[in-house]
Amino acid sequence: MTTASIPVLTKKDFQTDQEVRWCPGCGDYAILSAVQSVFPELGIPREKFVVISGIGCSSRFPYYMNTFGFHTIHGRAPAVATGVKIAHPELEVWVATGDGDSLAIGGNHTIHMLRRNVGIKVLMFNNKIYGLTKGQYSPTSEFGKKTKSTPFGTADRPFNPLGLVIGADTSFVARAVDVFQGHLKDTLKKAAAHKGSAYVEILQNCNIFNDGAWFNLTEKEARSEHVVQLEHGKPLIYGKNRDKGIRLNGMELEVVHLGNGNGLTEKDLLVHDEHHKNPAYAYTLAQMEDMPGFPTPIGVLRSWDRDRYEDVMSKQIQDIIAKRGPGDLSKLLRAGDTWEVK
Amino acid sequence: MATITDPVVRAHKREVIEKAVLRFCGDSGDGMQITGSQFTNTVALYGNDLATFPDYPAEIRAPAGTLPGVSGFQIQFSSGDVFTPGDAVDVLVAMNPAALRTNVKDLKANGILILNSDAFTDGDLRKADLTTNPLEDGSLDAYRLFPVGLERLTRTALQDLGLDAKSMDRCKNFFALGMCYWLYNRSMDLTYKWIEDKFKTKALLVEANKLAMRAGYNYCEATEAFQVSYEIPPAKLVPGTYRNLSGNQALAIGFVAASQKAGLPLFLGSYPITPASDILHELSMYKNFGVMTFQAEDEIAAITSAIGAAYSGALALTTTSGPGMALKTEAMGLAVAVELPLIICDIQRGGPSTGLPTKTEQADLLQAMFGRNSEAPIPVLAPSTPGDCFWVAVEAAKIALKYMVPVIILSDGYLANGAEPWRIPTIDEIPGIKVKFAENPIGFHPYSRDPETLARPWAIPGTMGLEHRIGGIEKQDVTGNINYEPLNHEKMVRLRAAKVEAVTQDIPDLVPAGDPDGDLLIVAWGSTYGAITAGMKTMRAKGHRIGHVHLRHLNPLARNLGEVMSRYRQVLVPEMNLGQLLWILRAKYLVDAQGYNKIQGQPFKQSEIEAKIEEILG
Repeated sequence: MTTASIPVLTKKDFQTDQEVRWCPGCGDYAILSAVQSVFPELGIPREKFVVISGIGCSSRFPYYMNTFGFHTIHGRAPAVATGVKIAHPELEVWVATGDGDSLAIGGNHTIHMLRRNVGIKVLMFNNKIYGLTKGQYSPTSEFGKKTKSTPFGTADRPFNPLGLVIGADTSFVARAVDVFQGHLKDTLKKAAAHKGSAYVEILQNCNIFNDGAWFNLTEKEARSEHVVQLEHGKPLIYGKNRDKGIRLNGMELEVVHLGNGNGLTEKDLLVHDEHHKNPAYAYTLAQMEDMPGFPTPIGVLRSWDRDRYEDVMSKQIQDIIAKRGPGDLSKLLRAGDTWEVK
Repeated sequence: MATITDPVVRAHKREVIEKAVLRFCGDSGDGMQITGSQFTNTVALYGNDLATFPDYPAEIRAPAGTLPGVSGFQIQFSSGDVFTPGDAVDVLVAMNPAALRTNVKDLKANGILILNSDAFTDGDLRKADLTTNPLEDGSLDAYRLFPVGLERLTRTALQDLGLDAKSMDRCKNFFALGMCYWLYNRSMDLTYKWIEDKFKTKALLVEANKLAMRAGYNYCEATEAFQVSYEIPPAKLVPGTYRNLSGNQALAIGFVAASQKAGLPLFLGSYPITPASDILHELSMYKNFGVMTFQAEDEIAAITSAIGAAYSGALALTTTSGPGMALKTEAMGLAVAVELPLIICDIQRGGPSTGLPTKTEQADLLQAMFGRNSEAPIPVLAPSTPGDCFWVAVEAAKIALKYMVPVIILSDGYLANGAEPWRIPTIDEIPGIKVKFAENPIGFHPYSRDPETLARPWAIPGTMGLEHRIGGIEKQDVTGNINYEPLNHEKMVRLRAAKVEAVTQDIPDLVPAGDPDGDLLIVAWGSTYGAITAGMKTMRAKGHRIGHVHLRHLNPLARNLGEVMSRYRQVLVPEMNLGQLLWILRAKYLVDAQGYNKIQGQPFKQSEIEAKIEEILG
């Protein structure tokens, strides 16, 4: 039995002796705790885990995870992780990154890693601000936001992160929230179970430089009215009394009210299909957070299977070896036309 | 179907000579590089020593017939030693007026000039900015001129094949090649074989190219255009099996050899860039050696993916040229900080910025030495000939793995594309490379050190009990924990420098070529080797006492370099830059060395080195 050889791991096994140096009250603590809780449940030996990060508050993550860890340079974690995963496809590689690291300086690596479908799980902590450099706006900051570097407001429209990665044909796209622990852990497990690239946006509060960025979703009162939890095969329904839902009208989504005499029931609502073949479906869901009057969807927006880059590459190597036999150095040196000098 | 008939052999004079320099030049669409490499392979297989210099424009297809579109391929071959592709040309084949105009200045007086006379219409002349026709205006009187209607003759030879005119014209380079084979009494068999292989699915093109080449050969035989043909006997090379090898090929197979010797899979992260791309092309063919080639989204991902592969236990490599080096800078600093083995190949080209993508230069030396933030020393190696690239690849891997450091290889466009006969080593002649992964969790610390090399352990993911964290932030020695303390930082800076300095224990003492002491020491590095060696030989024959050290190790330098320099009255440092090695030598040794600098995108000529020595020593 292979399971017998894997020691039973606990959350404690994934904690390090390093002092955690995030600001008190930072949303990162909740994410760290969730990851440390989920990893032992995956049935994977601890030494197979590699946590890789770039630069930023989120990127201190590897130091607090008792796994193999690599704190690299700004924006480049997906590329470093790609090298690790190609060289050792059997490793369980996770990237911890933020909205600046992943979408500004590392935007190029992010989209290319996702397009290749390298089997890496990306946790993108989105707090809509630059924390480590003390409060400049980020590619996800809302238009017009006044920050240290934009005292009169930003002039650029933010990225919709999930729209962006769906555009890169990412095979697993999800959103979770730092303070919704149960849902976060559940989402992490789903990401872990996915074979290819997984991109999880985690809405995270920076209580120092952008406190309350997500309060309209996370505050008790707002939560049920402003968040819709996606579940595969279930209708998009929300509201304190579960009396609101999302309906598809042609290509457009619309918010509808149930049971107030208009004759609408759950059956009229859009039923979530995370395996929907057309990426436009997931893209449309991703747009909801920017649409006034719409709730923000959390959960898995898209999940579908396609070949992983590292598997295709390994197979190519195996096929060539099967066809030509393993490389013979002596033959390689003597390739082409040779001649003897006596 | 037309058949190939053997020429009627007529009596003509055959002269035995020692060496020749031949250059093919034409439009970049005329197939000059193929023509040149076919000629090269044939003379190599015959046993001549040789050196080649492909010189082509950055534009894939500049407007046909114009000056910027001219592509050339030069070869020197000899029955003696060959160190350079040659200064002046004995035989120039020019396919159009533009090629003639840009190349004729290098042809020796009374040299053989074969011109495609079909390409000298008014329109062709205009494209080359010529107002008069060189075939008629007497400007070529100093040469032995052979105007040959290459297009007309090729079309006549191929008329029965049913090819369209354009396809027939594409074979004219093989007509010219056939003429050169006749001129130097060479067998066409090897090129026949190549044509059959190259066009194996297109029987008609096999026929056409073979026929065109044979027609060129027969043309010389039948018309007695040249009264004499030449014979250059095989060279007396060191016994062994040889092949013809370019610098980029040599690097590629050198890395495969290193990976086999080390028992590690080879990983290349690369982004296409001239003149380094051929290493990527070459290595992507060796999948049966387990070679992983990753064409990254940019130069930064190319090196950082290689760092990831190194972290997880591969022999990792990234290849680029100057602009790409600039982009990799920060990641090289990371490799220094996390002390992982990595090879960075910079195939230098003319700069700054995009500069001269297809031309050679040596101006990235100081970038390789110092081009990173803070104190981030990296060992730097430079090959001196195309074949030497193989050995430098193996040595770079050895140093990287032994000392757990990134290593930079500085090659250049001239070495990359130039070729020479290379004696194929036996597997045993290639040095062994020892690799040890950390395995024992007891007492394991990520930044503990080997006392001799100062290397830290290589503890790869997947090893039970060795879970640890590394990163670009300053860390405490031994534990690797984040540490910002002032004295720890200084200790780590000094340790990283000491580690690079420790490589000197593997660098043999320099032994100057030529005289062990005397009037002048030439200190140089990289692709200038051939011109300096040839030039020095001539000048020593004139009675000067000259030595030459060619530095393979640019960082760290050989321990006895200072002492060697002190044995000569003067020190000369020829470089294809404004004096970068010179700057290092003067700074490090307080030596009054003088530079000799050429920054034209072209290698030194032997005659230039000779003239400089003459100027210094009188």
